[in-house]
Amino acid sequence: MNLSHNTRSRLIIAASLLVALVLSILPWPVWTEQFRPDWVALVLIYWCIALPNRVGVGTAWTVGLMLDVLYGSMLGENALAKSLIAFLAVRFHLQLRMFPRWQQGMVVLLLVVVNNLLVLWIKHLAGQAPSTWSYLTPSIVSMLLWPWLFVILRDIRRHGNVR
Amino acid sequence: MLQISGWQIRAPSNLTRFVLLALLSMGLMLLDARGHHLQKIRAGLTVLFAPIQIVAAIPVRVGGAVIDFVRGDANLRAEAERLRSEQPILLARLQRYEAIEAENAHLRQLLGTSALVAERAVVAELLEVASEPFRRTMVIARGAKDGLYLGQPVIDAYGIRGQISEVGVLQSTAILITDPGHAIPVQVNRNGLRAIAFGTGAPDSVSIRYLTASADIKPDDLLVSSGIGGGFPFGYPVAKVTKIVNDPNESFLDIVATPVAQLSHNKEVLLIWPAKSVMPAESIKPADIKKPADAKKPLEPKKPAVVKKPVEAVKPPEASPPAVVPAPLPVEPAKPVEPAKPAEGVTP
Repeated sequence: MNLSHNTRSRLIIAASLLVALVLSILPWPVWTEQFRPDWVALVLIYWCIALPNRVGVGTAWTVGLMLDVLYGSMLGENALAKSLIAFLAVRFHLQLRMFPRWQQGMVVLLLVVVNNLLVLWIKHLAGQAPSTWSYLTPSIVSMLLWPWLFVILRDIRRHGNVR
Repeated sequence: MLQISGWQIRAPSNLTRFVLLALLSMGLMLLDARGHHLQKIRAGLTVLFAPIQIVAAIPVRVGGAVIDFVRGDANLRAEAERLRSEQPILLARLQRYEAIEAENAHLRQLLGTSALVAERAVVAELLEVASEPFRRTMVIARGAKDGLYLGQPVIDAYGIRGQISEVGVLQSTAILITDPGHAIPVQVNRNGLRAIAFGTGAPDSVSIRYLTASADIKPDDLLVSSGIGGGFPFGYPVAKVTKIVNDPNESFLDIVATPVAQLSHNKEVLLIWPAKSVMPAESIKPADIKKPADAKKPLEPKKPAVVKKPVEAVKPPEASPPAVVPAPLPVEPAKPVEPAKPAEGVTP
């Protein structure tokens, strides 16, 4: 009973992360690309705050590596960025839980910006630096999306009794 | 030692885990970027995660089917009619083109340069325009099964779109000319001025760098591929110059051009196999070179050293597929002729 509950929790978390992965490679018209939120980061941050014992740096690294493979970027690039924001989210999860939703949104903005800056920095080192400011818009869209995503994921967590 | 620490502390602290994983990812990046040692691992992982890509591609396929269904018979019939009436015109033009091509080959032969042999092309369906931030790539439904190779030019009806950067079995990734890691040697169609068009990461512009204020380039100039560097065949439209800023403080002009290919449209693309004979030495396959090298060996020891050079030159383009090695600017157009000559001399 306990074990099955455990696996069910894992399945629900894994499913939400898979959906986030699909959403982040889902084809959209090109002009919308710069508004695409960082789905994977959002879902990761939620689980890191809600269940830091279950989802942490290791999960984030694995999902980041999957993202690297799906994007075709350098292996380890997104893995590093995602594990950094997961680390920060887990480190401050108690404070973050106390924050009102909009303040959480601000932190999410900060985390996604950190994520993007790290990726950008790595790309600079690898010599594939884009000369655009387009990394700011996804962070802002992520921030705006956070309250809604938070509610959805919280309902999923409560309904599925994920612990 | 790890086991011992594992016994002492049941779970490593969050920080320890992060540091270890960060080191691991840095190691991965180094292996991936510097040496390309992870191609096999990446290919395996790509196959493993293919279901995610397939799921992500479903909406587009369903959408296409729905559009086809809604558009209905009448529209399709009209379109078929239009295409049917267009075909003879295009075929007629093609006839003339073939005659001109033959004449061109003949003239080139007279001049002693290598002839432009007909190219092979294959239509590929666009699976997705990839969404990684900061990159401009697309995934197409053709792979090694169809004979694709790294660095293969990808074009559409209007011009060059990019080149293949990753070959899978059934699907491949191409980077667009607007990708920040991409550069393509071009020339101004009007006067043959050579330049390099760099991707910027913006969806609809490339930047032409390293041209001085004295360069003869104007807005609305068409830039075509120059064929230098061997990756892209000569003469395909690449971009149209839209803006030229001459800042006296800078040593070079700031030139922005808009790609003529329809990069942002989800349509089919064409993959072309450029004719071998127009390619300079860099792109000759090792297999092609081996034969003459063996034939030359008994004659004199000096020649193999000369032949070896192109073999070594093959490595860089294969090792770093996404970045087109920008041909140095001062390369003379006569360069492709030089490697062609020994090849002609050797084969008989």
